[in-house]
Amino acid sequence: MTNAMQSDYILETVHVTKQFGGLTAVKDLSIQVPKKSIYSVIGPNGAGKTTFFNCITGFYKVTSGDIILDGESIVGLRPDIIVKKGISRTYQNIRLFSNLTALENVMVGHHVRMKAGWFGAVFNTPATRREEAETRKLAMELLEFVGLKGFEHELATNLPYGMQRRLEIARALASEPKLLLLDEPTAGMNPSETEEMTAFIDNLRKELGITVLLIEHDMRVVMTISDIITVLDYGEKIAEGKPEEVRSNPRVIEAYLGRGAATQHEAQAA
Amino acid sequence: MDKELKFTWKDILKYGAIGGIVSLYVILVGMVEAFDERYIIAETINLGQVTLFVPMFVLAYFAANNARKIKSTAFAIIASALVGLISGAFVAALLVLGTHYNLRSVFLNVSPGLLEILHLGRESMMAAILANLVIGTVVGLAAGLFALVPHRWSNALLTGLAFVLLMGIMQELMSITFGSKDWYKPIGEFIYAKKGLSWGGTALFLVLGILLSLWRSSPSLHPGKKVAKMPRKQRVTVQLVAWALGLIILLALPRILGSYPSEILTTVGIYIIMGLGLNIVVGFAGLLDLGYVAFFAIGAYTVGILTTTGKLATLGWNFWMALPVAIFLAMMAGVLLGIPVLKMRGDYLAIVTLGFGEIIRVLVLSDWLKPYIGGAQGILQIPKPRIGSYVFKGPEQIYYLVLAGILIVGYVAWRLRDARVGRAWKAMREDEDVAEAMGIHLVSTKLMAFATGAAFAGLAGAIFAAKLGSIFPHSFNLIVSINVLSLIIVGGIGSLPGVVVGALILVGMPELLREFADFRMLFYGALLVAMMLVKPEGFVPEKTRQRELHEEPLEPEIAPDTPAQAEI
Repeated sequence: MTNAMQSDYILETVHVTKQFGGLTAVKDLSIQVPKKSIYSVIGPNGAGKTTFFNCITGFYKVTSGDIILDGESIVGLRPDIIVKKGISRTYQNIRLFSNLTALENVMVGHHVRMKAGWFGAVFNTPATRREEAETRKLAMELLEFVGLKGFEHELATNLPYGMQRRLEIARALASEPKLLLLDEPTAGMNPSETEEMTAFIDNLRKELGITVLLIEHDMRVVMTISDIITVLDYGEKIAEGKPEEVRSNPRVIEAYLGRGAATQHEAQAA
Repeated sequence: MDKELKFTWKDILKYGAIGGIVSLYVILVGMVEAFDERYIIAETINLGQVTLFVPMFVLAYFAANNARKIKSTAFAIIASALVGLISGAFVAALLVLGTHYNLRSVFLNVSPGLLEILHLGRESMMAAILANLVIGTVVGLAAGLFALVPHRWSNALLTGLAFVLLMGIMQELMSITFGSKDWYKPIGEFIYAKKGLSWGGTALFLVLGILLSLWRSSPSLHPGKKVAKMPRKQRVTVQLVAWALGLIILLALPRILGSYPSEILTTVGIYIIMGLGLNIVVGFAGLLDLGYVAFFAIGAYTVGILTTTGKLATLGWNFWMALPVAIFLAMMAGVLLGIPVLKMRGDYLAIVTLGFGEIIRVLVLSDWLKPYIGGAQGILQIPKPRIGSYVFKGPEQIYYLVLAGILIVGYVAWRLRDARVGRAWKAMREDEDVAEAMGIHLVSTKLMAFATGAAFAGLAGAIFAAKLGSIFPHSFNLIVSINVLSLIIVGGIGSLPGVVVGALILVGMPELLREFADFRMLFYGALLVAMMLVKPEGFVPEKTRQRELHEEPLEPEIAPDTPAQAEI
């Protein structure tokens, strides 16, 4: 069974539950993310989306349930191991290494694919030199890919907001992930920036062939680029399906707009 | 009017009062009297007067600077003179009070000797008061004029004055050097009078400083820029020659300077090695370690125990056999300390490491270990290292050992900084959680930082033991950790040249001024506070940190496709 899954899904969560004391932040959540898809998790504030991300990346230990990456269980592994297995992420409130340059940020992202240790660095072995050069080249390419060419030596903290967002994605891409987790990549952006970012995410899949798992608030973004959407409310899945299916789901409307809106919508439909 | 853009008569009063209070403080802690015999320029100015007038000068300078921006040049001059006058009045007031009342029950330093100094050589009280006021005004006026000359020139003048001050302070040291060889003597006699610089020497160093500063600030003559413009091949040659020259000077230093300055340089050098180590832990990895002296002690004691020929003799190894063991044990101690503190951050980490340092010190002093490491009596008769027939016996020889240590350790730190390991450290310093989420294994990365830093301290300790020939527990106080941390901060945290500059200022300077010993901590405190206010990135900051603190963020309007000016 697992083998069959391996070919179809890059990530599966199986009945994942996360409790903080008495509070259940994520409850019995199962999703299946197909390879090379853009999969969105949406829901109102406090629905448990970011907690769910933190469970996948190993920052939180799940209370129960299983998380399977490409046919292999990754539940309970340390965050740095999970990165190595192929998941990397960005943050809702940008968390760059502010006092490192853009280039250094991306090079840190590639850390997990590098081997050089203490002695390699001190004795500057040919292998280390080659690896450094390759990493540098990769980082330069990624910076160009995200439109930061020319800003390589700028401190991350000095970059404008939109660039910081894209730099964070470049850093995540540098670890050569199979699955990229983006936590509200358009938060705090104006409509034209949002549009640009949406096209950019779409491009990620097209050009790099990686799967994107997305948390998003902006409905327009979600509806434009997602293949599948899961809707959370109070940590539970309340709907799942293609954008058009989710859009008209009364429970979703209720969660987002309140009960009155849902009944009104039903009345209109009828 | 904007509140910030005001400079009124009230501000003049405020600046004057601050200047006066600082001057009073300097007098009351005893600096003026203690430095009274330290002539900078023979028969003219002594260090006590310098410490007295510097606060007035600085405050008047600030006042003039602000006043000039807000109002007119004339107002700036008046403001600076008034600030000086008010500060002088404070000193005069102390003179009057001290003469009529006995202040010594509270302010121990208000001695007849001090009052004598404050009389400024005038007989009558009225004349003395007047003299204080006049001198204050003159100092203020000088500061005002100083604020009005173009920046480049005032900088040059300041460099010249700093040269004079430094050479004046170093008189005792330099005269030993000049006295050591016959052909030096005429130079020494030209530069120095009996006490302090001669007028010739003063002029020489003033001009030297000014020229040097002007040369460096000149857009067409600046050495760095000139070299940068050369074709690649020529540039490499010039750099190689510069490095070789630097190395030759470093190698020749003990021969030029003689024994006592070499002694100071070795002490500074041992602190540089420690600074480079702690810089990895604190500067790169952001782990605040206050127990750093422990590793220094472990290095020193390992060499002591393994090599001593005294009554604690054990294996009787030579220095070179004991050295790797010392470094290894210090490194292991670094790892051992690292393990329990892996989960700690910031203040908690500082407290625990502080405790670790104290544990080692208490252990070293304990009766329990006394049969092995000598307790308070320490370890005596540690033989000097030797290579073949060359014995590293005095400071002039140990100097080379220290220099080799600095070069090796500096090279290692420099290589690590820009490698994968160094990036991981810096990432961890910036944000531990994100670093982990980027695939950095926190445990091994932290332990590697602790181990590397500790190994450097172990090396420093080993050399320290060999240098002294005997070691005692009191050499491994908390104050060593504090010194090393301070020198990193003053030099510029995370910066490698900064460690060298910091060590020269904080370790070298106090060695030059014996009278200074009592005020060492005061000086550290004042310097650290001043640094944090004026130059928080340190004297020789790391490139990125300088930009962090002194650069405006990019304007968001910049289109993504306009390339920024590459700085590196």
